[in-house]
Amino acid sequence: MDNIIRTENLCFNYTDDETGETTCVLKDISLEIKRGEFIAVLGHNGSGKSTFAKHLNAILIPTSGKVWVGDIDTSDEKRLYDIRKMVGMVFQNPDNQMVANIVEDDVAFAPENLGVPREEIRKRVDTALAAVNMSEFAMHAPHMLSGGQKQRVAIAGVLAMEPEIIVLDEPTAMLDPNGRREIIETVKRLNKEKNMTVVMITHYMEEAVEADRVIVIDNGKIEMDAPPIEVFPKVEKMKSLGLDTPQATELAFLLKKNGFDIDSNVLSVGECADKIEQLWKRVMTND
Amino acid sequence: MLKDITLGQYFPGETVIHKLDPRTKILVMLAYIVVTFCVKNFYGYIALAAFVVVCVALSKIPPIFVIKGLRPIMVFIIITALFNLFLTSGTVVWQFGVLKITYEGIRFAVFMVLRLTFLILGTSLLTLTTSPISLTDGMETLLSPFAKIGLPAHELSMMMSIALRFIPTLMEETDKIMKAQAARGADFDSGNILSRAKAMIPILIPLFISAFRRADELATAMECRCYGVTENRTSLHELKFQKRDVGATIAFLVLVAVVAAINFIPSK
Repeated sequence: MDNIIRTENLCFNYTDDETGETTCVLKDISLEIKRGEFIAVLGHNGSGKSTFAKHLNAILIPTSGKVWVGDIDTSDEKRLYDIRKMVGMVFQNPDNQMVANIVEDDVAFAPENLGVPREEIRKRVDTALAAVNMSEFAMHAPHMLSGGQKQRVAIAGVLAMEPEIIVLDEPTAMLDPNGRREIIETVKRLNKEKNMTVVMITHYMEEAVEADRVIVIDNGKIEMDAPPIEVFPKVEKMKSLGLDTPQATELAFLLKKNGFDIDSNVLSVGECADKIEQLWKRVMTND
Repeated sequence: MLKDITLGQYFPGETVIHKLDPRTKILVMLAYIVVTFCVKNFYGYIALAAFVVVCVALSKIPPIFVIKGLRPIMVFIIITALFNLFLTSGTVVWQFGVLKITYEGIRFAVFMVLRLTFLILGTSLLTLTTSPISLTDGMETLLSPFAKIGLPAHELSMMMSIALRFIPTLMEETDKIMKAQAARGADFDSGNILSRAKAMIPILIPLFISAFRRADELATAMECRCYGVTENRTSLHELKFQKRDVGATIAFLVLVAVVAAINFIPSK
C-alpha cells in the first residue's frame, strides 16, 4: 500500500513553562494517509487538530510514538529539510506567511532557499502561480490582494517547493465566503488534477464534505475516521463532540427523527432536496 | 488614509535613471557624497548643480518631489548655518553685543548650506528612482564579498525586505486598532503633546503584541519553506550591468574630473 504518511501511537505532551503543568494534547494517534487522498481533519477549538498538523512536517516532534513521512522518521533531525520539502504547509493567516513585496518573489522564496537554479525557479514560479490561477497577479504587491488571493499565493509558495503532500491548517478561517470558495476550489483542483495529497484542518463542515475522508479529533484522540457520508449523518455524535453537521444533513436527520421515512445519509442541499421530493411523492401516492 | 502611503519615497518610472542597476546607483551615490565634501569653491557647486539638474531631468521626476526631500532636514541646515555664521572667527563685518558675523563665517555658512542641500538632493534621487526591493537586492550583492569576514549580508537584506513587506500590514493594523479604540471613546486629536503621546500607548501595546505574534508565525512559515537549508541560496532575479551603467559611471567620472579641476581655481 502506498502510504505517504503513517503515525504510530503518536502522543504529544505540552508543558506550560510557568506552571510546569503537563497537558496531553494528542493521545495515541495511529493512522495512515495514502498518496492522492484528500483528508479533512475536524475538531472543535483545542481538540488538538492543529497540533496534529504540526507533526506532519516536523514542526513538532512526538513525545512518544512515531510519525513517518514517506520512509523518514520525523524525529530524525538530519532529514528535517527532506521532510519539509515533501510536506508543504499552509497556515491560517496569509499575511503572516509572505516574505516578499512582490507575489512572484514570494513564490520564489522556497526554491531560492533550496538552491534551485534560476531558470528552474522561473519555471516553478510560473507553474505554481498558474496552478492557483494567480498568474496575472505575478507582479502585484501582496497587500493589494484580497484575502483569498493572498492565501492562493501562499499555496503557490508551497507548491513551488514541489511537495508531495500539502497540509493546510485552517486556511479559510480568516477569509470571507468568496475567499473560502476560492481556496476550496483550488485545493480540490490540485487534488483531482495534480493528484496532490491534501490534509486540510478545518472547522467548516461544508469544506470537510468535499474530502475523501474525514478524521474527527476530539480531546487529542481520533473519534471518527471515515468518508464524509458515514461521518456527518451521525448528527448526535457530532453534536456531542461540539461539531456542526452540514445544514442539509441536519435537516434530513431532524425529519427522520420526527418520524418521516427519509434516508438521512445526505451531504448536499441537492441530495437533500431529492430525498425530500421522493418522500413527498411516496406520501402523496400512499394517500 | 493609512493605505495611501507609498513605500519609502519611490517614484515609479521607466527612465534610464530608474533602469540603472541598483549597484551602480548606490556606488555612484556614495562617491557623490564624497565629492560634495571635496568641493572647495563656488564654481564646484555649479558643476554639482548641473549634474543634479541633468539627473532629475532624465529621471522625469517633478523637481518639487526632489526638493521636498529637503524639508525634514531644513531645521538641521538652518542650525548648522547659524552656528557657522556666528561662531567662526575672522574679519568682522557686523557686530551687535556678543554676536558678530565674520567674512569667513558667511563663507562657511553658505558652503555648509550648499553642501547639505546637494547631499540630500543627490541621495534622495537614489531613493526616488530605485524601488526598495532593488535597493536591498543591490545592497545584498554589494555586501556579499564581506560575508567571508562574517558580515551577514544576506540576513541584513532579508531583514530589510521583511520590514518593508510588513509596513503596509502594520499600518493597516494600526488603523484598525485606532478605530477600535476610538469606537470606545479614545481621543487622539485633542490635548497637548504629552496627553496625545499618552493616548498612543493603548495603540502601541496591542500593535507590538501582534507584531511579535506575526514574527513568530512568519518564522515558522519560513522554516516550513526550507529557509536556511543551504548556504548557496539562488535568486529569481539576476542583477546585470548594462551599457547604461557604464554610461552613468562615465558621466559621473566627468563630474569628478570637473570638480577636481575647479578645485584648483583660486576662489577669490
